[in-house]
Amino acid sequence: MPIEVIFFIEVLAGGLLAGVMYALVALGFVLIYKASGVFNFAQGAMVFFAALTFVSLVERGWNFWLALVVTLAVMVVLGLVTERVVLRPLVNQPQITLFMATIGLTFVLEGLSQLIWGSQPHGLELGIPDVPMEWLSQRWNINISQFDLFAAFVAGLLVAVLAVFFQKTRIGRALRAVADDHQAALAVGIPLQHIWAIVWAVAGFVALVAGLMWGVRNGVQFALTFVALKALPVLLIGGFESIPGAIIGGLIIGATEKLAEVYVGPFFGGGIESWFAYVVALLFLLVRPEGLFGEKHIDRV
Amino acid sequence: MLYREAGQFKSSYAQDQQIFPIRQDRVAIALLLVLAFVVVPLIGNQYWLGALITPFLIFALAALGLNILTGYAGQLSLGTAAFMAVGAFMAYNFVLRMPWLGVIPSFILAGLCAAAVGIVFGLPSLRIKGFYLAVATLACQFFVLWMLQRVGWFTNNSTSGVVTAQQIVIFGVPFDTPARKYLFTLTVVAVMALLAKNLMRSETGRAFMAVRDMDVAASVIGIPMMKTKLLAFAISSFYCGVAGALHAFCYLGTVEPEAYSLDLSFRILFMIIIGGVGSILGAFLGSAFITLFPIFLNLVSGAISHATGFEISHAVISNLELIIFGGLIVFFLIVEPAGLARLWQIAKEKLRLWPFPH
Repeated sequence: MPIEVIFFIEVLAGGLLAGVMYALVALGFVLIYKASGVFNFAQGAMVFFAALTFVSLVERGWNFWLALVVTLAVMVVLGLVTERVVLRPLVNQPQITLFMATIGLTFVLEGLSQLIWGSQPHGLELGIPDVPMEWLSQRWNINISQFDLFAAFVAGLLVAVLAVFFQKTRIGRALRAVADDHQAALAVGIPLQHIWAIVWAVAGFVALVAGLMWGVRNGVQFALTFVALKALPVLLIGGFESIPGAIIGGLIIGATEKLAEVYVGPFFGGGIESWFAYVVALLFLLVRPEGLFGEKHIDRV
Repeated sequence: MLYREAGQFKSSYAQDQQIFPIRQDRVAIALLLVLAFVVVPLIGNQYWLGALITPFLIFALAALGLNILTGYAGQLSLGTAAFMAVGAFMAYNFVLRMPWLGVIPSFILAGLCAAAVGIVFGLPSLRIKGFYLAVATLACQFFVLWMLQRVGWFTNNSTSGVVTAQQIVIFGVPFDTPARKYLFTLTVVAVMALLAKNLMRSETGRAFMAVRDMDVAASVIGIPMMKTKLLAFAISSFYCGVAGALHAFCYLGTVEPEAYSLDLSFRILFMIIIGGVGSILGAFLGSAFITLFPIFLNLVSGAISHATGFEISHAVISNLELIIFGGLIVFFLIVEPAGLARLWQIAKEKLRLWPFPH
């Protein structure tokens, strides 16, 4: 194959796999938005908190699986406490109030995690090396990281599990009912508080997975909280309420961002990745205002 | 008794339409202005004026701008800091490249540039709403800051990207001391706040509120959606742009993109939420709270470590401050979702009866 084509494929694949990483973070947003209509800005801080807790436990000599289970427990407790302390008193408030409350939560989480674990950056290893796949580079001369493929696999698995959970289980159906209409759900006897607690716990789990993947990629440091900002354009494209949308949106954003960085970036003098994804999402919205898979809202007067 | 409008009769249209129809309000505003213009510069020292009261006024102006957009017209925006940055950089460039123009026209032109940027990034609001729009305004935040850093023209090709703001000179009078900068800021903020107060009871202001409450219903009763929404973006960005210019010229003394990060946008959003969404007074109360509270926390932690002799490391203090700040925001939202301005409303209702129980 000519070198340009190989290069293009490498960039595209790298972008798609990076998009999967964005999608992992976006999933957390979607889960909470779907079930409670809360735009949870604290998702980035949750990712940071989870990754930092895990890596600190491992560095203190804990067993890998034990640390994983304990971190998961911490995230679940965090979700429950958030529901009890922050969300329950704010039931029936306008969405912007809830959104602001999650920004307050972001500050608390950022301060708390650094207070407990210190603010120095950590490296994280999961046992999957971040090196090119051997047979791919030998056969086609294409370099694609083994770890990226692993992350994509994990994300795919996560989405499949969540999709089944939402579509097939009793709790999942209750979650969708709550997402559709709080009051109607309450009226048919779905306990709103339990549902919210569950969904925040699940979001904590997703944050843990995303935190591990991003932690391996960029190291566990404060900048991890900014991955949330990378996930927002993904939400715009995929729609706030759609789990498959998060993945598709992630792929679109990842691919266009990487391609633009390589092929368009030099014309602008570089550094366009800070806003390019947002502009793509914005143009997309002009065509489809509710994203690819978002629910179309009909306004009644 | 103290705050009773009974017996205040309006005998002409002019009286009926004044901005502050109740006599007590007029007296209070006049007293407040005298206090701000005369007493504060006399008793305030350099630190108070330069580091506390001036930024409080500037952020109040920015919060006022955001409140027009978010509180009155209902369009959630996270790009406030970007509009401020446009104002700051354009004010710098107008003063630099057209010195004959004078400072105040430069500030107004800078505000108009910010308004133009606001209109461009307000265009998506015609199609999308709510959080989709909020995230879309983030595009503005990132794009504008990137451009200010990337295009050398804005910083006059300064290598560091940080330039010193020129001194404000009006009719040969230099505004160089903190007290003079404070007076300049105060004048601008007072005039613009009054204009905003006036705007919100006009046809335009009422159109904003109709759009906020339900835009489909508003368009059904004949309010032009495009004009109203874009006007809200333009006016809001104008206010933010002027606030940004003041921020650079009267507070920081430098013009730099780093000062206008996303963090600032969030802080200003906090101000209007804590102060009260859809209230002019709320912008000031929120700004006072957000500007002064970290300083207060700092003083308290300093006093505690001084009193106990227990040395707390700087990192711990800053993290604790972050936690307390975040916790307080949540606390405020829970106990008073309508903001501090609502407390003032309640106080007024109580004063109406006081000291009688009924």
